[in-house]
Amino acid sequence: MSSTGRVIGDTLLKIENISLSFGGVRALSNVSFDVRKGEIRAIIGPNGAGKSSMLNCINGFYHPQQGRITYKGSVREQMRPHEAAAQGIARTFQNIALFKGMSTLDNIMSGRLLKMKRGFFWQALYWGPAEREELEHREAVERIIDFLEIQAVRKMPVGKLPYGLQKRVELGRALAAEPDLLLLDEPMAGMNVEEKEDMCRFILDVNDQFGTTIALIEHDMGVVMDLSDRVVVLEYGQKIADGTPDEVRADQRVIDAYLGVQH
Amino acid sequence: MAFFFEVVLGGLLAGVLYSLVALGFVLIFKASGVFNFAQGAMVLFAALTLVRLTEWVPFWLAFPITCAVMIVLAFIIERIVLRPLVNQEGIILFMATLGIAFFLEGFGQTIWGSDIYTLNLGIPKDPAFIMEWLFDGGLLVDKLDLFAAAVAGALVVALALFFQKTRIGLALRAVADDHQAAQSIGVPLNYIWLVVWSAAGIVALVAGMVWGAKLGVQFSIALVALKALPVLILGGFTSVPGAIIGGLIIGMGEKISEVYLGPVFGGGIENWFAYMLALIFLLFRPQGLFGDRIIERV
Amino acid sequence: MLYRETGQFKTSYSADQAMFPILQDRIGIILILVVAFVGVPMVATQYTYTGLLIPFLILALAAIGLNLLTGYCGQVSLGTGGFMAVGAYAAYNLVLRVPDINILLAIFMAGGFAALVGVLFGLPSLRIKGFYLAVATLAAQFFLDWVFIRIKWFTNYQTNANAPDLVIFGVSFNSPANRYILVLSIVCLMALLAKNLVRSRVGRAWMAVRDMDIAAEIIGIRLLHTKLLAFAVSSFYCGVAGALWAFVHLGAWEPLTFDVNRSFQVLFMVIIGGLGSLLGSFLGAAFIFTVPILINQVPAAFGMPISTALAAHLEAMIFGSLIIFFLIAEPHGFARLWQIGKEKLRLWPFPH
Repeated sequence: MSSTGRVIGDTLLKIENISLSFGGVRALSNVSFDVRKGEIRAIIGPNGAGKSSMLNCINGFYHPQQGRITYKGSVREQMRPHEAAAQGIARTFQNIALFKGMSTLDNIMSGRLLKMKRGFFWQALYWGPAEREELEHREAVERIIDFLEIQAVRKMPVGKLPYGLQKRVELGRALAAEPDLLLLDEPMAGMNVEEKEDMCRFILDVNDQFGTTIALIEHDMGVVMDLSDRVVVLEYGQKIADGTPDEVRADQRVIDAYLGVQH
Repeated sequence: MAFFFEVVLGGLLAGVLYSLVALGFVLIFKASGVFNFAQGAMVLFAALTLVRLTEWVPFWLAFPITCAVMIVLAFIIERIVLRPLVNQEGIILFMATLGIAFFLEGFGQTIWGSDIYTLNLGIPKDPAFIMEWLFDGGLLVDKLDLFAAAVAGALVVALALFFQKTRIGLALRAVADDHQAAQSIGVPLNYIWLVVWSAAGIVALVAGMVWGAKLGVQFSIALVALKALPVLILGGFTSVPGAIIGGLIIGMGEKISEVYLGPVFGGGIENWFAYMLALIFLLFRPQGLFGDRIIERV
Repeated sequence: MLYRETGQFKTSYSADQAMFPILQDRIGIILILVVAFVGVPMVATQYTYTGLLIPFLILALAAIGLNLLTGYCGQVSLGTGGFMAVGAYAAYNLVLRVPDINILLAIFMAGGFAALVGVLFGLPSLRIKGFYLAVATLAAQFFLDWVFIRIKWFTNYQTNANAPDLVIFGVSFNSPANRYILVLSIVCLMALLAKNLVRSRVGRAWMAVRDMDIAAEIIGIRLLHTKLLAFAVSSFYCGVAGALWAFVHLGAWEPLTFDVNRSFQVLFMVIIGGLGSLLGSFLGAAFIFTVPILINQVPAAFGMPISTALAAHLEAMIFGSLIIFFLIAEPHGFARLWQIGKEKLRLWPFPH
């Protein structure tokens, strides 16, 4: 699956002994793994294995009770999601979290909010530097729109788009932030075969062309095995396997987790 | 010391009236998640209907007729407003009930008139002295207030029985827990809504009756609903006991602050005291004293 | 000329980002401005100015303010009247206590004070939303009501506050026609600024918070900061509107002018006009402002005058039913209807 020019670099994100619980319920216990710069890293596991909780910890929505997250070489203290965004972490959601009242264009433009520097008063005037900045970012957004092939729905309110396209717009919004680490929560859930193929192509292209590091959760095993460089498998909040797709596929515990064990 | 207790007691008894209005809010919020701003208008409408009917027919007949009117009203609201707005966001429904409130206020006063009408329940308005065994000379209270407290108590017991013991009460609690799950096991949502709005209508009638007997039936009754909002925040939007205790706290707090802080700040504190108390609560305990904890999930 | 965009090709993003990308719209807006600034003064009577146009424009300004907060940022406020009161009394006290202050400056500074108060009462929006926040803003309303009734210093120990002589840079704005031009200029300017805000980064951040606050936070929006900015800007607009209402429209006023009913009035303008539309703020203001006048005058014109009480009740019924109607049928109000009309017109006579 490796394509030309892909370089897997050093560790970008390191998760060490993360434990997270809600009230008495353990969502994650003692999970450790890492994500290297430039790779596509998949997190898989049965329902309720704690995959989404893991992503929520990474981008600051949940605060694990124990463990350490090292990102870009420095240990992260507790942070809010917007701080994670400022450090270059973007994500998509399992249940699409777009801004339904806004157009495709505005949704993707909103992904660039952090990159826009002009102050409030300049924007009220919408003149000179503020207008130039707006246009600059519009151009960047148009490149993403071209890349994702959603030119036709540019001005449509996203609430009215079909599901597959909404997923694409959400990816577009995450890409607009030009993230260093892109978290995708079931990017292909509920899609038909064609839509899945399109989405796979986009994910690979993003990784290939922009060198974006991607961590994704996915249920479709075929897709995961094709896409990812390395896979970590969770079950009941614990890591049961970690390695290349081939290694994971051959792991007895993974087979048991997915097929059920005969005792 | 007796004076202080008199103030407290007076406040508690006034609080009972707030509780009565808040109770209607809680019923509807629990079952349908709708924050019914029109509860005050419903109180006014019910009271107006009742008081004007008593000019024609005796009270024992006027009361059930008004109940029927409130049920019809619930039916109309469910059909025309709630059904088309099902699955909308809470804030949209809230604004829709604002519309209901304005419509009802206008409609009620158009057909029933907008003067002040006295409602005579046959309860003497003269003061009574209670607890003479404890305080020298006893505490001075209004007999009507005692009556109101008794009515509120009876209403709460009736509602509790209704919720706990009847089939429909069980269904109501199921709906309050989870709309979709309840629907999927065959609880008819529309019917449930009709029942809670009717119940809220009857609670409004009782509240309107007591308020009307105290102050006369007039437009300002609708504004009492605004007082009930902080009660809800204090008690929690989903808790019947919360509504009662919240009402008592607000009533007592208002009286105490008016009597002891009023001279310092220049009166009129009761107009915002409850709201400020509620605001502080919102900052530190948004779910109220007894409400369900609000948990957000991604 | 037909309403068409055929043949108008946009060759740059700059043209596409323009406020009115379609030529006919640009012509339309220029026509409206010409009529408002030149045409109206040629025909308007005293009553048209003081009874219709000036109050309409000021309420439209307040509606824009509330729409920024509620329609764009999604934070429902029932405290508009209170924030307008802050504007009115701040302007009053500035003129009273700062010698030789320019009245225009006082009006805008009053907006600033209102913005500060707005931010203060917007603080709970960090923890609460929806109708919880609506209740919190009601607290602001009742508290501010009380402040201006009971704390006599603000009203200079008088029941009625009086507006100063409206002389700005040596020009008198006391005549109705001049007042109208003054209000119109301020409203146009502030509407333009609001339009710029909502189509740029700030506006997108507001709408993101409105549509889905969790996702907004994840793309890097600081929620509290964004909400408070909305409260500040919104209250600034309401404050300026309040100051204008007091100084230019009423001349002499009491705290009750800005009670909770004013808050509802402005909220209704926003809902009926269209949540999240600046044009809607104008349409809603025009509608809410004219209906009571029609209710009073139409039956009288047919020889059936109705009592003030009945008129008020009819008004409440009409507004109530319209609110429900719009929430069910067209949550984006008149503004959306207008837009649909334009779409139809654009494709007419071949709708497919």
